[in-house]
Amino acid sequence: MIPLSWFLILSAALFSIGLFGVMARKNAVAILLSVELMLNAVNINLVAFWRYGNIVNMAGQVFAIIVFAVAAAEVAVGLALVISVYRRFNTVVADEIDLMKW
Amino acid sequence: MTTEQILWLLPLPPLLAFVFIILFTNRWKVLSFSIAVAAAAISWIGSMVIFSRAVALHEFGKFIFQSNINWLPTGDTYLRIGVMVDPLTAVTLFFVGWTVLMIFIYSIGYHNFGKPKGDHDRAGLQPHGATVKDEHGHAHTELSVEPMFSRFFAFIGLFAFGMYTLVVSDNLLTLFVGWEIMGLCSYLLIGFWYGKPSARAAAIKAFMTTRVGDVFMLLGIVYLYSVTGTLNYREIFYNPEVLHVLGNTYTPLGISVASAIAILIFIGIIGKSAQWPLHVWLPDAMEGPTPVSAMIHAATMVSAGVYLAIRIYPLASAGGGVHNLTPAMMTMGIIGCFTALFAATIAVAQNDIKKVLAYSTISQLGFMIAALGIGAYVAAAFHLVTHAFFKALLFLGSGSVIHGVEHGALHTGEHVDPQDMFNMGGLRKKMPITFWTFLIGGLALSGFPFVTAGFWSKDEILADAFAHGQWLVFFVLVLAATLTAFYTMRQITLTFFGAPRTKAAEHAKETPWTMTLPLILLGVFAVVAGWAGIPEALTAGTIPNWFHEFVGATLFEHPEPLVFNFTPMLDSILISLGGLSLGWLVYRKVKAGDPDPLVKPMGPVHRLLRNKWYFDEFYAYFVVKPTIWMSEVFTSLWMDRMVIDGILNAVGGIIGRVGHAFRNYFDAPVVNGFGDFLGEGTKWIGKESAPLVQRGRIQGYMVASLTVIIILAVAFFFFRP
Repeated sequence: MIPLSWFLILSAALFSIGLFGVMARKNAVAILLSVELMLNAVNINLVAFWRYGNIVNMAGQVFAIIVFAVAAAEVAVGLALVISVYRRFNTVVADEIDLMKW
Repeated sequence: MTTEQILWLLPLPPLLAFVFIILFTNRWKVLSFSIAVAAAAISWIGSMVIFSRAVALHEFGKFIFQSNINWLPTGDTYLRIGVMVDPLTAVTLFFVGWTVLMIFIYSIGYHNFGKPKGDHDRAGLQPHGATVKDEHGHAHTELSVEPMFSRFFAFIGLFAFGMYTLVVSDNLLTLFVGWEIMGLCSYLLIGFWYGKPSARAAAIKAFMTTRVGDVFMLLGIVYLYSVTGTLNYREIFYNPEVLHVLGNTYTPLGISVASAIAILIFIGIIGKSAQWPLHVWLPDAMEGPTPVSAMIHAATMVSAGVYLAIRIYPLASAGGGVHNLTPAMMTMGIIGCFTALFAATIAVAQNDIKKVLAYSTISQLGFMIAALGIGAYVAAAFHLVTHAFFKALLFLGSGSVIHGVEHGALHTGEHVDPQDMFNMGGLRKKMPITFWTFLIGGLALSGFPFVTAGFWSKDEILADAFAHGQWLVFFVLVLAATLTAFYTMRQITLTFFGAPRTKAAEHAKETPWTMTLPLILLGVFAVVAGWAGIPEALTAGTIPNWFHEFVGATLFEHPEPLVFNFTPMLDSILISLGGLSLGWLVYRKVKAGDPDPLVKPMGPVHRLLRNKWYFDEFYAYFVVKPTIWMSEVFTSLWMDRMVIDGILNAVGGIIGRVGHAFRNYFDAPVVNGFGDFLGEGTKWIGKESAPLVQRGRIQGYMVASLTVIIILAVAFFFFRP
C-alpha cells in the first residue's frame, strides 16, 4: 500500500502550486484556477486521511464532497464577479483593480 | 359592657367628634355642636358608670379595674399600655366628666349660636356684632355668631380626648401622650382668635413655657423606665419593694433615685400647672375664649398636672414620709407654698376679671402642690376635685359677665373693655342667675365656712399642715387663703354690687339658658362636693369621711386620718370671713372713674403687684432676650455663619483648589495628554501608513497575511506555551 506520506507530499505540492498561482499570477481567472488547486489539495488530504484512518467513519469523504460543492459555488460567484469587473474596467488584471485603498 | 371595655372606649367619642367635624360638618353649626356635645355626653355617661361601679366595689383600691396590652416590643419584653381605674382615677373621672360636659354645653351659648352673622366679622377675630332691625324698623346692634363656630367644637373635642386618655391610662407613657395632646389643644385654643397679635403671642408663650417643663418630665419618665423597666402605675407606685429600692439607692447628687425622678417629673408639672417659676403663660392664656379658660386653664388641663403630682406621690415620698420629708417633697412644698402666696398677691391688683381668676387658679394649684409636699395626699386630691368645680364655675360665670357687658356695649355703642371690672358694677340685678352662681363659686373659692366645698378641702390642707407641725407652710397658706378671700370679694363687689359704672354695664343682659344651665349645675357641685370629705370628728361619726376612705385606698399604705383639732378650723373660718368682709368694705363704694382704693395706701407695692412682680419683664430681659441673642447672633451669626459655614467653606475651597490643581497639572497634561497622544498617534500612523499598506492590491494583502501566518506558525512551533 502506498504510504500516507506520499499523498501528503502530493497534496502539499499541489497546495504550494496553487498558493504560488494566487500570489504571482496577474490574471483574475488564473487566480481563481489557483484557488481551485488549493482546494483540491485539501480534498486529497481529506480522502487520504480517511483511507488510512477509520474506514467505517465516512466523515472524510463527506467533507470532500462538501468542499466540491463549495468550490463549484465559489467559482460560479468568482467568475461572475470577474465578468462584472471586466465590464466596468475593461481589464481582468488583479493589480489594476485597486479601488479598495486609502 | 364590662368596665374595662367602657374604659378603653371612653376617650374615643370626642376624638371621633373632632374627626367628623373637621372633615364633614364644618359648615353646619347645628350638626357640629350636636356631635360634639353628644360625644361629650357619651363620655360623661361612661365616666359616671365607671364611677358608680367603682364606688360600689368592695375594698376598691386593693382590687381595681384594669386591662392592658402589649404595645412596643423592646428587645425581649414589651412596653405594655392599658387602662386602669383606681380610686384617684375614679374621682378624677367624676369631675372631668362633669366639667367637660358642662363646658361643651356652655360653649354653644358663648359663641352666640342662633345670633345673626356679623357685619364685618372675619375668621380669626372675635365677633364684632351685627346690626339687626326689630319689628318697628328700629336698627340696633347685637352680638354676632362666632365665624369659626364648628372649628371650636372640633378643637375642644380633641382636647377632651386628650384629657380622657390621660385620666384612664395606667402608665406614664400614655399619660404623657394625653398630656401633649392637651398641650397642643391649649396652643390651638389660646390662639383661637389668631387674628389678634396678642392671642398669637400668648399661644406661643404657653406652648414654649410648658415645653420647658415637658422636656424635664420626659427625662424623668425615661429615667424611671431605665431603672424599673416599666411605666405602669400599679407596678411602681403600689409596689413597696420597688419604692423601697428606689428610695434607698442614691444618685451622685446625694438624693435618692426616687426623689430625682419625682423632681424631674415635677418640673413638667410646674410647667403644666403653671407653678412658679413657669407660671407666666397661664395669665396670658386668658386671650382664648372663656370656655377654653374654664376647661383647659382651670378645671382639667392644669388640674392634670396636680393629678400627676398626686400619682407620683408614692415615688416622691419613697424613703421618707410625712415626718421625714424627702427632697422631692420639700421641692413641692416650697414651690407650692411660694406660688400660692405669690399668685394671690398678684390677683389682688388685677383689674381684668379673667386675669384675677387666672392668678387665683395658679394660687389654688399651689395649695395642692404644697399639700402634697407635706404629705397631705388626700387633702390635695380633695382640693383638686372641689377646685375643678368651683373654678370652672367662676370662669364660666366670668364669661357670662363679659358676655352680658359686651351685649350692653354693643347696645349702647359705648367702647369699653368688657373684661375690666372697673367698667362693671351693679350686675346683680341685670344678671341674677350669673350673680348667684358666681357668688357660690366665689364663696367656695374663699372657703366660706360649713356650706361650700372650698371650705372643707382648704381646711383639710391647713389641718394637715397644722397637725404635722409644718408651721411655715401653715402660716404661708393661711396668708394666701386670706388674700384669696379678699380678692374674691373684691371681684364680686366690683362686678355685681354697687351702681353700674358704665352705660354698657347698665344695659347688660342675662345670658341664654345654654350658658346659665351649666352655671347652675356646677354651682350645685361647688357646694355639695365638699360634703364628701367632712372630718368625722366634727360630726361625731354620723357622716363618714367618705372621700378620705375612698381616695386613701389608692395608696398601698392607707394614710391615717388626722387627729381633729379646732385651731386650724377656727383659723379657716376667721380668715375666710375676715378676707371677705375686708374685700366688701374696701370696694363697696368705688365710683365710675375711681382708681383702685388700694393704690394710694400701698403705693409702689401696688404697682409691683399690678405688674405681676415684673416677672414678664424679668423673663423678657433675662430669658427671652438672651435666647433670641443666642439664636440670632451667637448661633446663627457666629456659630452657624462664621464657624460652621466658615469650616465648610474652607473645606470646600481647599478641595476646589486641590481639584483645580489636579485638573491643571495632572489631569489635563498627563491623563488627557496620554489619551490624546494615543488617539492622535494612532490616527497619524493610520494616515501615514495607510497609503503604503492599503494599496488595494489583493495579492499584496495575501502576501502580507501569509507572511504573518508563517511568522506566527514558526513562533508557535518554537515557543510552544
